[in-house]
Amino acid sequence: MSTAAALEIEGLRKSFGQNLVLDGIDLSVGEHEVICLIGASGSGKSTLLRCLNLLEPVDAGRIVVAGEEITRRGVDVNQVRRRIGIVFQAFNLFPHMSVLENVTLAPRLALRKHRGEAEAQARALLDRFGLSDKVEAYPDHLSGGQQQRVAIVRALAMQPRLMLLDEVTSALDPELVAEVLDVIGELAAGGMTMVIATHEMGFARDIATRVCFLDDGVILEQGPPEQMFNSPREPRTQQFLQRIVSARRL
Amino acid sequence: MLGSGGDGRRSVAVALLSTIVFLVVAGVVISHAPGWQVVHRTFFSWTYFKSTFPEIASAFLLNCKIFSISECFILTFALLLAVLRSLPGPVFFPLRALAIVYADFFRGVPTILVIAILGFGAPGLELTGVPTSVVFWGIVSLVLVYSAYVSEVYRAGIESVHPSQEAAARSLGLTRGQTLRKVILPQAVRRVIPPLLNDFIGLQKDTALVGTLGAIEAFNQASIDTNATFNYTAYLAAALLFVAITIPLARFTDWMIARDRRRRQAQGVFA
Repeated sequence: MSTAAALEIEGLRKSFGQNLVLDGIDLSVGEHEVICLIGASGSGKSTLLRCLNLLEPVDAGRIVVAGEEITRRGVDVNQVRRRIGIVFQAFNLFPHMSVLENVTLAPRLALRKHRGEAEAQARALLDRFGLSDKVEAYPDHLSGGQQQRVAIVRALAMQPRLMLLDEVTSALDPELVAEVLDVIGELAAGGMTMVIATHEMGFARDIATRVCFLDDGVILEQGPPEQMFNSPREPRTQQFLQRIVSARRL
Repeated sequence: MLGSGGDGRRSVAVALLSTIVFLVVAGVVISHAPGWQVVHRTFFSWTYFKSTFPEIASAFLLNCKIFSISECFILTFALLLAVLRSLPGPVFFPLRALAIVYADFFRGVPTILVIAILGFGAPGLELTGVPTSVVFWGIVSLVLVYSAYVSEVYRAGIESVHPSQEAAARSLGLTRGQTLRKVILPQAVRRVIPPLLNDFIGLQKDTALVGTLGAIEAFNQASIDTNATFNYTAYLAAALLFVAITIPLARFTDWMIARDRRRRQAQGVFA
């Protein structure tokens, strides 16, 4: 690789008390790559994403984003997070703020943008994702799919270089999943580098440039989606996919 | 509360009737009590009421003043205490411990003792620049005591905001302070407004304790009148003045709580 990777993870370890969640993760993500993390609940997907955003302190290992090690001592975590967007399973919109306020809060406070500039940019983004009629609405009055799209727009408003999506469709009613996946598809088409934890295997097959199977805190197997879904090598991967197929999720 | 729909009018009528019956029965029982004539003269004298009420009412303005000034400081100081107590990490342990000790101490000591100790003690130090006004020290005491209670109310509010809200704010690059100011506190304070109003009611009543220091507020004025006339109607006048403020406040609090509940239920439909 000639240029610095968008994201480089080396020997990442994380435990909660006695519970070892990440047991040495190594992963290199190039610019414009879309990585889908699959694996059973509790395999460490969410924890990995939270570590990448420094929401969880890591126990050992290095995380390098665009050439800068963000796990070094004394790093400005706020500075780091401004360049890495994360979207959560439960949306986590701010319920006391309108859609527009949700989206402009961080650009105004963290990037010191003027209200007018932040709002113009927010409106453009909301418009792009079909939310222009919800600008003044409050989160409680939106459907789950709309809330999640707003959450994605809120992260995008910081113009991140890297987006982390943590099972963003898992809390949605089935008929609302497509609208959110469409948004993510559009981001991928626009060249956004993304790491996505997901249970939507069909979606992972369509969008991923690479699929990583997490098992017991390590990346047990990784490869292009065709190979991972059609001819996985590891027995554990085969078992996991078999269970997904019998649950009619693939 | 009284029923709704087609039964509404009937329910109101029944409630009204039962209230009237209760009041009439209570009135008959009390007015036929053996000591009623004496009590009537000493507590319910219209003559004394008329003569003492204006003085007591103007003294009551001091209660309102003490209440308003104390409340401003309490709301601010208590918020500071609550924030100190919610600071994470081992570095802030001393501040957290201080806030805990403070809340424990001032919730444990009777208000009247704090007022007596500060009100009689602090001016006795004769420090230059330190006010000797009993009203000043009364206000200081009320602020110290009530901040301990109100900080607990704030803290409950802060802890009721789900940690995912903080995670969302921090993940966007907001600092801890920005997160607290813009995301946590606005949600926390909104949730605790009803219990805060409850403490307002307690404070309004407790302003009468400042009278023990000699400040001429409503209770003290009533005592003076009583001592001068050997008639207790003045106390009744003072009580009426307090009730005129605290009952509307209590109704308003209940209304806020009910509105809050309705909103939360409405949210449940969307969630």
